[in-house]
Amino acid sequence: MTTDRSPSPAPSPGAPLDHGTLRGLLGAWALDACSDEESAQVEAHRTVCRSCSEEASRLRNAAGWLSADEPLDPDPKLRGSVLARALARRAPRFPVPGYTEVYIAETARLDALLRDLGEPDWRESAELRWHSGSELLRPAEVLCHLTAVDGLLAVALGLPDPSAGAGLGERTALLRERSLRRSPESVRAQWRAQTRAVVATAALAEALDEDDRAGPGPAGDVPVDYGAFRIPVRTAFLDRAFECWIHADDIAEAVGYPYDPPRSSHLRQLIGLAAQLLPTALAALRAAGNASLTAWQDPAFGDPRGPRAVRLIIEGRGSGEWLVPLEADAPVPPPDTEPVAVLAVDGVEFCHLAAAHRDADRLPCGITGDRAAARDLLHAVRLLSRP
Amino acid sequence: MAASAPLRWDRRIQRRLVRGEESALGELYDQFAPLVHGLALRVLADPEAAEQITREVFAQVWEHPEEFDPASGSMRSWIGTLTHRRAVHRLRPEQGPAEGAGEQEGAGPAGPEEEALAAATAARVQHIVAGLPQTLRETLLLTYFGGRTYRQAAKELGITPAGAKHRMRLGLQLLATALASEPVR
Repeated sequence: MTTDRSPSPAPSPGAPLDHGTLRGLLGAWALDACSDEESAQVEAHRTVCRSCSEEASRLRNAAGWLSADEPLDPDPKLRGSVLARALARRAPRFPVPGYTEVYIAETARLDALLRDLGEPDWRESAELRWHSGSELLRPAEVLCHLTAVDGLLAVALGLPDPSAGAGLGERTALLRERSLRRSPESVRAQWRAQTRAVVATAALAEALDEDDRAGPGPAGDVPVDYGAFRIPVRTAFLDRAFECWIHADDIAEAVGYPYDPPRSSHLRQLIGLAAQLLPTALAALRAAGNASLTAWQDPAFGDPRGPRAVRLIIEGRGSGEWLVPLEADAPVPPPDTEPVAVLAVDGVEFCHLAAAHRDADRLPCGITGDRAAARDLLHAVRLLSRP
Repeated sequence: MAASAPLRWDRRIQRRLVRGEESALGELYDQFAPLVHGLALRVLADPEAAEQITREVFAQVWEHPEEFDPASGSMRSWIGTLTHRRAVHRLRPEQGPAEGAGEQEGAGPAGPEEEALAAATAARVQHIVAGLPQTLRETLLLTYFGGRTYRQAAKELGITPAGAKHRMRLGLQLLATALASEPVR
């Protein structure tokens, strides 16, 4: 095969080609293989010759399918630069809210994994774990679970509810039951459509709020009712992103595919969400009688000037530092608070612990200060998981 | 391949793009980035150039979504055409920069809910292409993915330009007929 790319001798401009010649060019035109001059003449001819126009459409469509094979996913980093370039050319009227970013990335990653699943893969079972149990679900049933819980966010944004169930368990069960009569692809389509609808709707709602000062306030502040607790829309998007990643990981493990953790800046946001929920989880740990009886629980112990807290140092992916108060509803500790303990742990491992994929007592970590307080915190992290 | 769902999806995403919904641009990217990037990479065999083409195509669609005409073809086909044009123009700098939308034809499925259908169609098309007479197949693939003009292709294949044009038209006609007579599912 030679690589001769010499200019094609174009016919002299203005010399009109006849119908027969133009008709003979239609295949080459459909493959973008004519000179500019010839293409222009074909296109002009199409506006006056119906039969050529019809054939041109047919051939162009057929040519388009030549590239239908091997849809390889481009580098995930490309997405950001493509969107940035486009948005720089034309500012969006309805920008996507920043708090949906991690959710957008994680749902897209799961969707790409699902696209690669073959028929036998859909029959595999993924193990979904939480702090006090686990359940085996086929990938389509995992999607039912994600759809059911994402549905709470959808409802908060005014979208239709995909499941009529009351609690989280019943919501998932209803969709799972329905999924038995449906193809995995249609279950996937329903899940994907809703993930897109919540992002698009949040974007519209934020823009409308800006226009309507007397309205209900930013869409990100609207409460999402999980039953046992309520969190604002902006936080729920992070919660849903986290669960999407974890269950994508569960599916990937079941079918034996590799699956990366979220990128560092996204992981940091997910860890931030966990850190924010930790004081409540610690209270639950104590209420269940599972917290250690250590000095820090004695009000007479520690720094009497302010709230007591553990400094959480996340290393590796998602690295950062958080000061976690040891009491629920405690005021935000000032940054210079002397922590009762410092806990250093890997970011991805921390998240797997929060998903009950790890044992709190066997997680590699570094602790200085009150070991019992740090240990309690690790056990509380695991309590963040739920069925 | 007559399906109203992809057509509805095409029209809806176009409306959202025209309205300036960033989320629609993201969905469009997720749907068609593999097509755009894969096609550009196959024609140009240069990862950096393929990424540049990808940026240009999506920027063009975002900037001028109104140029898509659903009546004359699917969104997939339109975006495929924009991509292929830009890629071959890059290979043939003497022809100047790629013009705007140009013609858009075809009616392939495009909606996310139609992805399975598209995948099945892709497999079917591969089968059909593989079944084309060898001379037609090599001409189509060399021209489309090699970004050749029919004159260049003729030279490389050792045939006349008229012979190359004939093979291209005949090959695509066979492909179109096979696609139409064996509708997917």
